[in-house]
Amino acid sequence: MDLKFELGWVDYAIMLVYFVFVLGIGWALKKYMKDASAFLEAGRSLPAWVAGLAFISTNLGALEVMGMTASGLKYGMLTTHFYWIGAIPAMIFLALFMMPFYYGSKARSVPEYLKLRFDEKTRGLNAILFAVMTILASGISMYALAILMEKVLGWDFHMCLWASAIIVLAYTYLGGLSSAIYNEVLQFFIIVIGLLPIVFLALKDVGGWMGLKAQLATITTEKGFAADTWTTTWQHTGQATSNPMGVEWFGILMGLGLVLSFGYWCTNFLIVQRAMAAESKAAAVKVPLIGALPKMFIPFLIIVPGIIALVLLNNPAKGFVLPVDANGSPVYDYTIIMLLKQYLPTGVLGLGITALLASFMSGMAGNVSAFNTVWTYDIYQSYIRPVTGNKEKDDKHYLTVGKIATVFGVLVSIGAAYIASKFGNIMDFLQTIFSTINAPLFAVIFLGMFWKRTTGHAAFIGLLVGFAVAMLHHGLTIPHGSMTYFKGGWLGVVHEYPVEMAQNFWTAIFAFTTSTTLTVVLSLVTKKVKSDEELIGLVYSLTPRDKVFVKEWYNRPVVLASIVGVVCVILSIIFW
Amino acid sequence: MGLDIRIPIGFMFTIFGVIITIYGIFTNSNTEMYAKSLSININLWMGLLMLVFGGLMLYFAKRKKTK
Repeated sequence: MDLKFELGWVDYAIMLVYFVFVLGIGWALKKYMKDASAFLEAGRSLPAWVAGLAFISTNLGALEVMGMTASGLKYGMLTTHFYWIGAIPAMIFLALFMMPFYYGSKARSVPEYLKLRFDEKTRGLNAILFAVMTILASGISMYALAILMEKVLGWDFHMCLWASAIIVLAYTYLGGLSSAIYNEVLQFFIIVIGLLPIVFLALKDVGGWMGLKAQLATITTEKGFAADTWTTTWQHTGQATSNPMGVEWFGILMGLGLVLSFGYWCTNFLIVQRAMAAESKAAAVKVPLIGALPKMFIPFLIIVPGIIALVLLNNPAKGFVLPVDANGSPVYDYTIIMLLKQYLPTGVLGLGITALLASFMSGMAGNVSAFNTVWTYDIYQSYIRPVTGNKEKDDKHYLTVGKIATVFGVLVSIGAAYIASKFGNIMDFLQTIFSTINAPLFAVIFLGMFWKRTTGHAAFIGLLVGFAVAMLHHGLTIPHGSMTYFKGGWLGVVHEYPVEMAQNFWTAIFAFTTSTTLTVVLSLVTKKVKSDEELIGLVYSLTPRDKVFVKEWYNRPVVLASIVGVVCVILSIIFW
Repeated sequence: MGLDIRIPIGFMFTIFGVIITIYGIFTNSNTEMYAKSLSININLWMGLLMLVFGGLMLYFAKRKKTK
């Protein structure tokens, strides 16, 4: 079927204005890029609200937007578990308990924190894995963007790939991390405002939330689930078989809520980097909390339209269809695109497409700006050319290296995008594997931060074996109905999971548990190398608490965290 | 960094708002075009919304500057 949009000149005008502003922001920041710290760390000078919005915007890449709308269609409100239980608790924890150490330790990256807390080898392992992972992720996202633009706008694949790469490169090269972050804030607002008419019109079309519920009832009963399965979150998680996600409450709580969520939000440098760019420690603590407030409401923007799409699909009068792949099965990832096509006339349509383009760019720029920092500080500076002591010369040198790394990162991403276009399965496989390496990383950083006895050797082995266990678990299990080795079972099948998501959750749980146990045991039998004095500012129990009294109640981290927590609980209860 | 991001955000959404509002006014009688959006002139409404949002951003940026 033809996916092409009929675009008018207004739509192109909107896109053009957007590109002018994106590049303009990079251009305006160019004059501040005097040293590596300004380029790679935004000079640690950003207000909390800017970093806070960038914090969630990086995560709101287009693959997330498209994927979450698709999940809304497939699993309904159960998808909000990725937001409410799967993000908010971890964001609160990061803010209150971890940011003071990430920021206060003066580490410039998460791998560098590992170096300060443990040793060089632990940093090296994490830095290299992270660098490879971010570049691959960026390549996959570029590939997806180019494919989408080819199908929807009718532009050539290669041209889309290079054009989007060059725009992202231009603004990250000109203004470094600050440019990426400022643009993420801009992109955040476009994504929200651009998708708003879809939510409004789709909801009105099905007769509001009550109308949606009523129409879903017959559809879900036909599928063999309870009438309200698509509009509730926890109610049908007693057994894995009574909800479409195929995971029971324990798996959600442990796999998603604890292991995957804390692994992602608390240790992924891509995310943490935004908070590290804040202007002060107090601001850095507030960053994840400020981000958490809008984060809780994003499901209404991207998941609810997906749920509505299920109703539209089952009502032939609406004329809503999804494109099908070569095997004849619907491509759920295109749900949001088809909704744009269904409801938006030219004008706001341009806005919606710009929102999608913006979300692709924010994801890509996030990856590139995290990659160049880890490359410059954790790989180049520690293994290739250490600091010489001549500060002025060093500053200049590492700024140049950071800029070259930016170009290099984008070029390798383009390469990865071409690999993804040829061997999509391999990229999916790598992404699945990499998504689980955060679990052992969280185990190690958590133990390091809160238990002073944790040693470097233990952390290194814990990380390595945790990663190996993740691979092993993936190799020995398959999701039901899997036909390829890329989804698991490449070492033989010991266990079969009902769905892929359950497999991912359990991969992460196994990796995390192994990593924790091993790190604890090995810490007790290896010698503690770093003295207590060296660990001040890095370990919770050894660091004196800040005794700063914050006058305004709304600036107190605990107050903000409580508000976030309460709102999250209320939302969970409303949609229980 | 010496850039107040509210200024570019404010300007961009004001421009978006102007373009889309005017377009909405000119296409107001086009019932065929707005059949998609349930006969609502969504361009006009979104355009006005963006004008308000852009204006607010610029107002906050200006207020801070004069402080």
